[in-house]
Amino acid sequence: MVTLVFLGRLAGQAGGATRQLPAPLDWAGLLGALDTVLAAQIASDRVRLALNGALLADKTQLQAGDGDEVALLPPVSGG
Amino acid sequence: MGADIRLLDAPFAPGAAVDAFAAAHPQAGGITSFTGQVRLDSDVLALELSHYAPLTLPGMTALGEQVLARWPLAGLLIWHRTGLMRPGEPIVLVAAAARHRRDAFQAADYAIDHLKSDAWFWKREQRADGWHWIEPREQDHADLARWRESPA
Repeated sequence: MVTLVFLGRLAGQAGGATRQLPAPLDWAGLLGALDTVLAAQIASDRVRLALNGALLADKTQLQAGDGDEVALLPPVSGG
Repeated sequence: MGADIRLLDAPFAPGAAVDAFAAAHPQAGGITSFTGQVRLDSDVLALELSHYAPLTLPGMTALGEQVLARWPLAGLLIWHRTGLMRPGEPIVLVAAAARHRRDAFQAADYAIDHLKSDAWFWKREQRADGWHWIEPREQDHADLARWRESPA
């Protein structure tokens, strides 16, 4: 399984802070597993992805395997 | 000299922290500090800061290294709260100790400007009608841009 972690306002929109999806998971699989409103938000330029704590320079190149954690990061509000 | 960088999930006392920091750096002639606290606002009942552990503390540590590389400091402290806070509670403390005051002022200023706009935190406010996410402020980005335009 792949664990999704929704940060900030995305957690509210996803209906929870985490979700499990079957591995392997790529970008198309991620968008396809989310409802259309949430998928559109994740696809926007303002949302970044991290795989196991490392930011992805190009989120569309996501390749997550079993046991991986994918964080969905909306714009920060700052400290 | 490593920086003292912490994520805290419970209230802390900035005054005591600055006193201890100053005492730990007797060779510094100047200590500056900045405390950010939850603003008292008639509408705001509470503030909640969430973070993502794999990014947030490493990001603060990297910021500390940048500050130490840019100014000759005797010590640097960056403490940041997470979780639920009430008006008047401290959110963030930055302190810089240096031989000369200008370095201490600028280092603390740089650190808080970068924390305010770059750090991996998400904030929401609880008001009478529920929770509201806080968007980044334009001013925070403008404050950050200062450091790119003019080298310290």
